[in-house]
Amino acid sequence: MLAGGLLVAAVALIAYYAPLDADQGLSQKIFYFHVPIALTAYACFGWGAWKALRVLWKRDEDADLESYVAIHQGTIFGALTLVTGSIWARASWGVWWSWSSRQLVLFLVLFLFYCAYFMLRFSVEPGQRRANLSAVYALFGVVLIPVSFLAIRLAEDFIHPTVFTSHGPQMSGSMFFTFCVAWAAMLATAFALYSIELAGKRLDFRLRELKELLT
Amino acid sequence: MRYFEDVVVLTRKDLLLELRARDTLPAMLLFVVAALVVFHFALPADAGELAGLGLLWVAIVFTALLGLSRAWTPEREQGVIDGLVLAPADRSAIWAGKAIASFAFLAAAEVVALPAFGLFFSGLDAAVVAGVLLADVGICAVGAFLAAVSAATRARELLLPVLFLPLVIPIVVGGVGASVTDAPARYLAFLALYDALFATLCWASFEYVVTE
Repeated sequence: MLAGGLLVAAVALIAYYAPLDADQGLSQKIFYFHVPIALTAYACFGWGAWKALRVLWKRDEDADLESYVAIHQGTIFGALTLVTGSIWARASWGVWWSWSSRQLVLFLVLFLFYCAYFMLRFSVEPGQRRANLSAVYALFGVVLIPVSFLAIRLAEDFIHPTVFTSHGPQMSGSMFFTFCVAWAAMLATAFALYSIELAGKRLDFRLRELKELLT
Repeated sequence: MRYFEDVVVLTRKDLLLELRARDTLPAMLLFVVAALVVFHFALPADAGELAGLGLLWVAIVFTALLGLSRAWTPEREQGVIDGLVLAPADRSAIWAGKAIASFAFLAAAEVVALPAFGLFFSGLDAAVVAGVLLADVGICAVGAFLAAVSAATRARELLLPVLFLPLVIPIVVGGVGASVTDAPARYLAFLALYDALFATLCWASFEYVVTE
């Protein structure tokens, strides 16, 4: 409910309240989707890794499913980041993909990494072994995020020798406010999806247990 | 010092096994030389030296993958891994031994590959060799760990490249940077940082890969 309300508010603000960007015009508005979605994906990956740590450290059995669902949401938001970023690149630079956009490259690496996470998870029988392996790999993910970020910055120096500044103009107050609302909306949406998926998965699990009891 | 003795014993076991069976190393040597020949034909005539140096890193990563994909096969087939886990030693020593043995194989393959590269493509300088050595540490630390992870799954060797390549992208960036730029110091430092970070992570979490 909150997520829906915030999303409507964010879309309304983006459409009517936030001023048009002087350089990019209408296409800049995708910024209010792209960046909050990207930050939300990071939040999901971070949350998933925290739950993974709980699996290994406290032997918390629920945390395995929570970690998986958080990473699942993170991957969905990561894919959305790639899509919105690609559209934005098309609108402002005229190409669908640009290796000079750090965030996009980083998200591509992360997307590959977390797809591998799912392959790993689905090729192990459910149980403590699977929880351990998934959790360990999820922890690798949060170390990989800053390392890849650094690597992509370093790689620019020999692939693209020109230095370009990140986001030139500072945001005005109304832009920043819209941005914050959009971010809150994305976080709320991610949390709502997370809760729904978690509830669904738990229900599934209990149903299977009951079925086994009956047979 | 018990820990180091354990690591030495485990490394020695792998090296001895390779010395007697000669399973992995000949394949790695042949593969890396064949890959360099393929790269010669993959590069257009005017591609230049730098493109060749980039491909050297592709050859190294895939040669390492070839060796690593079989790293835990003897343990699994003979059920040695259960014995090692039951042994009264720190479990991370199993990983350390395997990583050091893999490093030895990869370094041996490169003793042939780097001169061959110098012969076929272009000369190498100290920065490239330093980059290769630092990268090998990271590749073998992470690779031996992920090979154990993939050996515990149903997909086995199939899964290793999928798990490994996204994690190895920073190594390729550091290695290529050290090879092609004039100021390799920061790339070497980055490789060292990667090695330290991921080796620590592997060392700390290996126990959860082999136990339930």
